[in-house]
Amino acid sequence: MTPHAPDAPWQRLHPLSPVVRLGRVVVPLLVLVAVSSPRGGGSDASLVVEDVALVVVAVVVGVVQWLVTRWRIEGATLRIETGLLRRDSRQLPVARIQAVDVIRPFAARVLGLAELRIRLAGSGAAKGRLAYLAEPVAQDLRARLLAAHHGLDMATPEPPELPITAVPAGRLVGSVVLSAPTLVSVALAVAVVAAASVSRAVAVGLGGALVAYLIGRARMAWRRVAEQYGFTVGHAPDGIRIRRGLLSTVAETIPVRRVQAVRRIEPLLWRPLGWCRLEVELAGSAGGDQGTRAGTVTRALLPVGFDAEARVLTRGILGIEGVPLSPPPPRARLKAPFSYHFLGAGHGQDVAVGVTGRVCKVTCWVPLDKIQSVRRVQGPLQRRLGLATVHVDAAGRRVRAQFRDRSATEASRLLEELAGQARQARRARPESLDFGAGRGAPPPPGAALHGTGPERARRGLDPQD
Amino acid sequence: MRRAEVTTLTLLVAAIAGVGAGGASAVAGVGSALGATAAGAVALVFVRNRFRSWRYLERDEDLIVTRGVLFRRLSVVPYGRMQFVDVTAGPVERSFGLATVKLHTAAASTDARIPGLEGDEAGRLRDRLSALGEARAQGL
Repeated sequence: MTPHAPDAPWQRLHPLSPVVRLGRVVVPLLVLVAVSSPRGGGSDASLVVEDVALVVVAVVVGVVQWLVTRWRIEGATLRIETGLLRRDSRQLPVARIQAVDVIRPFAARVLGLAELRIRLAGSGAAKGRLAYLAEPVAQDLRARLLAAHHGLDMATPEPPELPITAVPAGRLVGSVVLSAPTLVSVALAVAVVAAASVSRAVAVGLGGALVAYLIGRARMAWRRVAEQYGFTVGHAPDGIRIRRGLLSTVAETIPVRRVQAVRRIEPLLWRPLGWCRLEVELAGSAGGDQGTRAGTVTRALLPVGFDAEARVLTRGILGIEGVPLSPPPPRARLKAPFSYHFLGAGHGQDVAVGVTGRVCKVTCWVPLDKIQSVRRVQGPLQRRLGLATVHVDAAGRRVRAQFRDRSATEASRLLEELAGQARQARRARPESLDFGAGRGAPPPPGAALHGTGPERARRGLDPQD
Repeated sequence: MRRAEVTTLTLLVAAIAGVGAGGASAVAGVGSALGATAAGAVALVFVRNRFRSWRYLERDEDLIVTRGVLFRRLSVVPYGRMQFVDVTAGPVERSFGLATVKLHTAAASTDARIPGLEGDEAGRLRDRLSALGEARAQGL
């Protein structure tokens, strides 16, 4: 199945990686020392000794960590070994890769290093980490892993990328400013002014709350801008490529077939500008090493963008133009008076779509071959009105398209229809643990998935215009 | 559809609860005893309805599970999507020889729990489900 290259020799991380890791540890350590020193009763000399001892310990730990960590590619698996006392050997089968990220924290960027993070279903982020590699090595390894993931020879060069869209800095900042917390701040400010005319003490109290809130808010806003700065989405045959980051940069590659669900969010304040946000759900938990429960990771596909851009992206991922949506029957207004205006749902050959939300409009697409289960739920009020809700669950927590408040007969029909179509969709795109190509273009009949040369086998989505 | 075998359990629990409550309140007065009996009867009806709502159906490709009286839920879970099957039996369940079978998929909201199955049936269902799940397994 896989291009079985002879096992490569063991390789180490970049010798400078302890420095980058230390940079992260040493700074808080120094702060801690600086804070604690005035209070400590000891003389200056003993303090200096303590500091030096701490730094030496940190350096030794870092170097030992580097010494005991090694990796290599064995056939179709990437193997990472680490640990001094408790040896830990991990095998990452390339066929199960959910996403590959190249992350460059600021310190690493300065030194020309990068971290490679390989995400598998149901594994924590820590499991497939190689921190740090020289940048070209990281890029090369990513290309090799993704090539092998698609069933090609590992030496296949990385396919070219077609840029789809980019988010200008101005729009990103605007999107952060135009959010619910801004409204809260404004409301608080108004309250402060109003209170000032009544009582000084109350005004001071409220003012304090406002300042505290603003500080927290500013930090969040800064983080969001720094994370999503210079956001570009491109599309390559091996997946959707995302690049973002101001100080530390991240390059993500998401194989299109691994997308469990796509969500489009349109908050109230963005709607006059025609902005929306796109998120995708991928299998694999965000943190921690819990093995049994398959969680999902939410990735921003477009932090803020226009309708047309979002359309191109959703079409690229789901491989469909659009699904006609129908609203629930008018009597659903009694059950959902505040969300009826948005409610709508529909399903096509490949995907189920549900729109929900009261103030913030949320559209969720679930590809039919990713459906985990279909549920019909009917509450007491819904029963009286002859309504029912159908949930289409995808992998993860609360990842689902909802057919809210449909008529009861339609709901029962939908249940059967969706279950049947999902079955067909799974058969049509048998996604065993084998390699697969992009969703947009199913392989032509007769074409083997491997060994057909890079041009043919590296097909994927058709380029979007 | 096959019904989960839980009547014995619920009836007995309700009866014991009714007798116990009646005995305790007889000291205070006949009125409260009657009240307790009425509450017991209501609870019995409630429990019976609840029990009746638990049903499951094994089809060729998927399993259907229903539950709930006020909020009625019906889940369709394809065998191929099953990640693992849990069979649990709490102390009360065990004393009546019952067990609960729960299906897990990659979606956390999938809610396919079949409570109050007899031990043999629970074992049979578990084996059948895991066999079917293996035969039709799908990646994520």
